[in-house]
Amino acid sequence: MSAKEITVALVGNPNTGKSTLFNALTGLRQKVGNYPGVTVARKSGRCDCGDGLKVELVDLPGLYSLAAASPDEQVVTDVLLGSLEGSQQPDAIVVVLDATNLLRNLFLASQLAELNLPLALVLNQADVAHEQGLKIDTQLLSQRLGGVPVVLSSAWKGEGIASVRRAIAEVVNKKPKMSRLAWPAQVESALDVIVQAVKNDTGVAPSTADAQRILFSSNAHTSDRLGWSQAKREPIIRQARDQVRAAGYNPLAAEPLIHYAHLRKVLDGVTSGGAGKQGNAAALDRVLLHRVMGPILFTGIMLGLFASVFWLAKFPMQWIQAGVDFLKAVVAPALAGTPMLQSLVTDGIIAGVGAFLVFLPQILILFLFVSILEDSGYMARAAFIMDRLFSWCGLNGKSFVPLLSGFACAIPGLLSTRTIEDPKARLATAFAVPFMSCSARFPIYALMCAAFIGPLYGPGWESVVMVGMHCVGLIFAVPTAFVLTRFILKVKPQPFVLELPRYQMPKPRDVIWRMWQNAAEFISKAGTVIFAITIIIWALCYFPRDAQMAEKIRAAEPALSSHELQARTQAAMIEQSWMGRFGKAVQPVFDPCGFDWKITVGVLASFPAREVIVSTLGVTYSIGKGAEADSQHLRQAMQEAKWLNGPRTGTPIFSLAAVLALMVFFALCSQCGPTIATLAQETGGWKWAAASFFYMTILAWIMAVVVYQVVIRIV
Amino acid sequence: MTPLSQLLPGQYGKLASLNPERAVDQRLMALGLLPGMVLKLVRRAPLGDPLAIEFGGQVVSLRLAEAESLIVDVAADCPVQRPKKSS
Repeated sequence: MSAKEITVALVGNPNTGKSTLFNALTGLRQKVGNYPGVTVARKSGRCDCGDGLKVELVDLPGLYSLAAASPDEQVVTDVLLGSLEGSQQPDAIVVVLDATNLLRNLFLASQLAELNLPLALVLNQADVAHEQGLKIDTQLLSQRLGGVPVVLSSAWKGEGIASVRRAIAEVVNKKPKMSRLAWPAQVESALDVIVQAVKNDTGVAPSTADAQRILFSSNAHTSDRLGWSQAKREPIIRQARDQVRAAGYNPLAAEPLIHYAHLRKVLDGVTSGGAGKQGNAAALDRVLLHRVMGPILFTGIMLGLFASVFWLAKFPMQWIQAGVDFLKAVVAPALAGTPMLQSLVTDGIIAGVGAFLVFLPQILILFLFVSILEDSGYMARAAFIMDRLFSWCGLNGKSFVPLLSGFACAIPGLLSTRTIEDPKARLATAFAVPFMSCSARFPIYALMCAAFIGPLYGPGWESVVMVGMHCVGLIFAVPTAFVLTRFILKVKPQPFVLELPRYQMPKPRDVIWRMWQNAAEFISKAGTVIFAITIIIWALCYFPRDAQMAEKIRAAEPALSSHELQARTQAAMIEQSWMGRFGKAVQPVFDPCGFDWKITVGVLASFPAREVIVSTLGVTYSIGKGAEADSQHLRQAMQEAKWLNGPRTGTPIFSLAAVLALMVFFALCSQCGPTIATLAQETGGWKWAAASFFYMTILAWIMAVVVYQVVIRIV
Repeated sequence: MTPLSQLLPGQYGKLASLNPERAVDQRLMALGLLPGMVLKLVRRAPLGDPLAIEFGGQVVSLRLAEAESLIVDVAADCPVQRPKKSS
């Protein structure tokens, strides 16, 4: 089926309503995946074009030009040229244009005409054009472009969808081609020079479109792909560009100059009226981008976003947690006869499912906001307002929402980095997000502050430390982003040229669909990894197991109550588990930070979720499972804990130095499996996830050592 | 001849020259900002950077540092500068 399926690519500028049109055409029968080897999402769906014709419609990321400035645009260009490995060239192209700005939108269409594929034009947002008094003679336009179908639609209102389907059917059945512009003779001959030279040097004649990319684009992507060596191509390209120069064009400006000059003639008499009308943007921008009102409204909107992700999401997260606990309580008695299976099912499998489900409320809520902000046109304004604060360290205005969300949870924050078009800024932002002090770090801060800082120094210092811990990550994230973008990432930075589009009411179907797609992708990719991590950590903490442990402890200390016996047994079990042994073995590494083996085990065992460290400390300090940050017993046990051997014998483990070191370690370390899994999902591989893990862990260790060694000498 | 960055908010200018070697200028040319095109500096961001410029029926944001190669001509055939009412 897939071999004979007809593929039609949906291409267009950003902000043309292309995705809304795609959703309207495919219903929700969509597949979301990735292009092989790259992080660009591949969205496709079945489109029913009538008369039994069904095509696979592929929604390509929006772009302004085939000149492919960014790697993401490169993917679109490669897909359309049929040169992306593992991806077939589409059989036809449907170009979606913003009817209110035909000239600019036709530039891409005019470039696409050079691909010589069947092509149709959809002038979307025709309702807005109509409101602006803009009249478009689609028949005349079609005639001037060589008879390709030109239809009007308004995907937002659901109007004209049937005619788009008919246009797709026509483009598939009749294969109309858009007429190419008449290039100046010197440019044509320059293209011939390149075609001939590539053919001579590589044995394969390139397409005209490839030759144009070589002649007009400043990057060497196309030449590299065709295997045209640098030594051979340089003199030829120089010669070809000299010919273009002889025609009076700067070679790097020739393409837009010639296309636009051609398109002005094409559009002459096609459009009328509507001049000077700017729509709603100017009036709303006067308020939303106002020097004083703009930042105030921005702060309000972002506070709403943060409160929702941080606070509102807690309720459904509690329900999921309650559901998981309920399921455990129901299942546990049924498996009471087989303790290993019982523990695997409850602490491994059910907990593992809960471990990724618990992120869904935050993801859904954040993407509710992100989709509304993007679809409404406000996101570009938010980036405009914030850009100055981020540009100096290599990020851009669009880094704000991911970083802000990171303070609630790194997972939704990382997923929202895909709103950043520039791959370099996107990667640097993704690298910085896990430094934001997420809510899962809060329990350990709360426990340490309540047990040590508060009682020793009073509530004033308690809040100072709390605020300080939330700043530590930020302090390190900024130089990290700076160094990463300035010295390490080799990708060329993209210019921050951002269209401030017309404001528009977001369409509920698009918003909900986007929320769902992000959640589904997270579950199927990062979710499975998180589940696996949970099972592995469970096994490390469970095996090997001494079935007689409880009896041995009872024999040694007969006076223990049954609760104490249970808690002591759990502590002894984890001590002699693989995790306990491993923790003891690596404790010397953490010794300079002042961590004993119990803290070390807590740090290691909390890899599936940071907040788990509190309950792990509960187990290792013999309080029993399920300890919370406000547990009096746990606080007391930790306050009383003393070094039993080594040079510090008899002194408290949790000295001020160790407490601060532990908090700083947690503020900086990458002690979060889900974050690593999501980083891998979003950066398209484990390379950056591993880099982030080792970088943050080493940084956290160094800072914990510094804090411990300095404070212990002062206090 | 004035650098674009020196236009006042609300002021119009005609693009005299740009630098096609630069990625920013290539992107702007793709959007239709070509020599001879009339543009308007709509506003600056609250922190002074980036700028919002309008040309060909669209508003585009670009950074001061990235706008340095754009030279405009505040010529007679450009619309007159309108005084800004707000703040």
